[in-house]
Amino acid sequence: MEFQDPAFLSRILTLLTLSFHILYATIGVGVPLMIMIAQWVGIKKKDDHYILLARRWARGFVITVAVGVVTGTAIGLQLSLLWPNFMQLAGNVIALPLFMEVFAFFFEAIFLGIYLYTWDRFEDQRKHFLLLIPVALGAAASSVFITIVNAFMNQPQGFEILNGEMVNVSPLLAMFSPAVPTKVAHVMATAFMTSAFVLASIAALRMLGGSNHIYHKKALFLTMKLGLVFAIATALIGDFSGKYLAEYQPEKLAAAEWHFETEEDAGLVMFGILDGEEVKYAIRIPYALSILAHSNPFAEVTGLNEFPEDERPPLWIHYLFDTMVTIGMWLAFFSFVYVVAAFRNWSFIRTRWFRWLTVAGGPLALIAIEAGWWFTEVGRQPWILRGHMRVSEGATTSGNVDLMIVLFAGLYIILGIGTAVVLTRMYKRNPVEKELAARENAKGGEEE
Amino acid sequence: MTLEIVGISVLWLFLYLYVIVASIDFGAGFFNAYSSFVGKQHILTGVIQRYLSPVWEVTNVFFVFFFVGIIGFFPQTAFYYGTTLLVPASLALILLAIRGSYYAFATYGAKINHRGYIYMYGLSGLLLPAALSPVLAMSEGGFIQMENGQPYLDYWALFTSPLMWSIVVLSLTAVLYISAVFLTWYSSKAGDAKATDLMRKYALVWAAPAIITATGIIYELRGHNPEHFARILDLWWVFAVSFLLFAGTVYLIWKKRHYGWAFILLMGQFFTAFFAYGASHYPYLLYPYLTIYDSFTNEAMAIALIIAFIAGLCLLLPSLYLLFRLFLFDKDYIEGKSDYHA
Repeated sequence: MEFQDPAFLSRILTLLTLSFHILYATIGVGVPLMIMIAQWVGIKKKDDHYILLARRWARGFVITVAVGVVTGTAIGLQLSLLWPNFMQLAGNVIALPLFMEVFAFFFEAIFLGIYLYTWDRFEDQRKHFLLLIPVALGAAASSVFITIVNAFMNQPQGFEILNGEMVNVSPLLAMFSPAVPTKVAHVMATAFMTSAFVLASIAALRMLGGSNHIYHKKALFLTMKLGLVFAIATALIGDFSGKYLAEYQPEKLAAAEWHFETEEDAGLVMFGILDGEEVKYAIRIPYALSILAHSNPFAEVTGLNEFPEDERPPLWIHYLFDTMVTIGMWLAFFSFVYVVAAFRNWSFIRTRWFRWLTVAGGPLALIAIEAGWWFTEVGRQPWILRGHMRVSEGATTSGNVDLMIVLFAGLYIILGIGTAVVLTRMYKRNPVEKELAARENAKGGEEE
Repeated sequence: MTLEIVGISVLWLFLYLYVIVASIDFGAGFFNAYSSFVGKQHILTGVIQRYLSPVWEVTNVFFVFFFVGIIGFFPQTAFYYGTTLLVPASLALILLAIRGSYYAFATYGAKINHRGYIYMYGLSGLLLPAALSPVLAMSEGGFIQMENGQPYLDYWALFTSPLMWSIVVLSLTAVLYISAVFLTWYSSKAGDAKATDLMRKYALVWAAPAIITATGIIYELRGHNPEHFARILDLWWVFAVSFLLFAGTVYLIWKKRHYGWAFILLMGQFFTAFFAYGASHYPYLLYPYLTIYDSFTNEAMAIALIIAFIAGLCLLLPSLYLLFRLFLFDKDYIEGKSDYHA
């Protein structure tokens, strides 16, 4: 029975924890950079609004960091609790980046505490700005290291297997598997992009709520510009990722594109539904898959039929792939329109419907993050360590996973609602107009 | 010294640091709740929050460091402890998650001062050490059995074992004792006479139970794991030093002087006891299945981890020093004259 199978249940619990964690983790990686940029712009332009922007973002950021930390601790420990056999094997090869991730996290935690509690303590805002560098670096570094661990699971190397034991281990070779460059770059770019669009959503929402302060306009313009830059970066890296998949994980690309027969001049399938092996209602872009895979419209792309049936990923990952790509393309296009229109001073970007589209940007980006991770993780089924260990061999044998799923689901519901309630309260009770007025009154002094 | 010993010493050091900082954290939550219960909350809350706010996240990392490190250096532990600990560790994780996020929600966000939450926070601080400490009992052997090559935890044996319960009680009393001594010192630095007085009382109240349960465990081990007990006797003099340090702390607190030294002596007491306990446990990670030798990772990884560890420390120690300089030893901050929260 599948519902009593610890391997299946472990997958569900891991999916649950990671899906919840990456929302906070993405923001945790991206927002420090945004705070840093806002603070920098504020110092450069001597514009108090940007400094206040950094400060208000920082306050909300602490709440998301807290949930990110506790759910991160959960997944860190669940790796060993739910996948003990996997960790026992892979721990020999991949412990180094895991360990380094903790250091990066440590570094970030120390400086975040200092940054938050030294506001106005230094006469010179530039000194305070310096504290943000280790925060942003630590956040980015921990995402790099943890992505390296994931890249290893997709493309293991740096060891040999002799009689079921790992020998000739090379920790550095394992760390720099071919999957690393595209994965790390993609994770970083999308984290920055998502954070920018989430912050843009908030600014747009405040403006829809009737607040017409110049502060929100500055916030929106800044975040949309950053969103555009990172959306373009994401699209470029996405293209490299396609080429990586064609070279190293062709079964994942083939399943994502419903590409069954190995053929030249391969077309890209967008949308559509699958009926048996027949693709219906899809848009086909000729040669595009060959271009995505090999930068050559006539190149041969490996089809799914080349792989044994029990080593193929499930075909529904196509929908995830489509969701991710479509949202990414839309956000790049949308932010481009916004930035051009803002420079040209076109007025349609100030209409309500356009503001609502801006508000949708943040949640859409988060959906794309989820879809992208599900695609990459489900896309390497049935492997937990591609080519070496199947998911079922790595899982725990404990019979209590089902109960844990219920408990953790309850926890995530509480944390999710808690975050939403606390963040809305925080900003509703202390809108920017109130804080600016208080700052005017206290001119140069400390206010709370 | 072999790489195995270096590895386990590093991890043990981090576990020790976690025990100290987490005890302060857990105990502070409890004392805050208790003082609220008896209507003295106004005395303690300010001091406790000023200490906890900038460091609560760092406290958490010590714990993550330990469990990531032990899987890294000793991957076999994932197999034995990972499989058997699913339920207790998950419960501890959930408590940790609720506690950590609640703290952030309440402190930075909504400024919730509802009593119910304060009690829950205090209580969770006591449940956590109680949920984490059975691992120490399990490592003594007798609770993990093998079936078809897979380990499973014998809950009945564990929950009826006096050893496990003594360890739970020890963890609770130690948490309250460590925390009270630290907060006595911290509030005296803040020049807060009322808080100092109250915390001093708590410190004296919890000193005796802490030392009595610690001795009790050694006695329990005599029946449970005679081999381990014999090794503890070999190290009796370290435990004797630990006891003298304990007596020193209590004396200073009793005489109301040099609270800073009292806390340092307490750190020394736990350091010696913790390392003597660890050394007497040698070479077992899980008696009798797992020693540090047969579970150790390959040499290449061990060297890489140790290099990463040294490099990491070069980054961490100055940063931690900065953190302490700014918040633990900064007079204006401790006294609450300047709150520079973003």
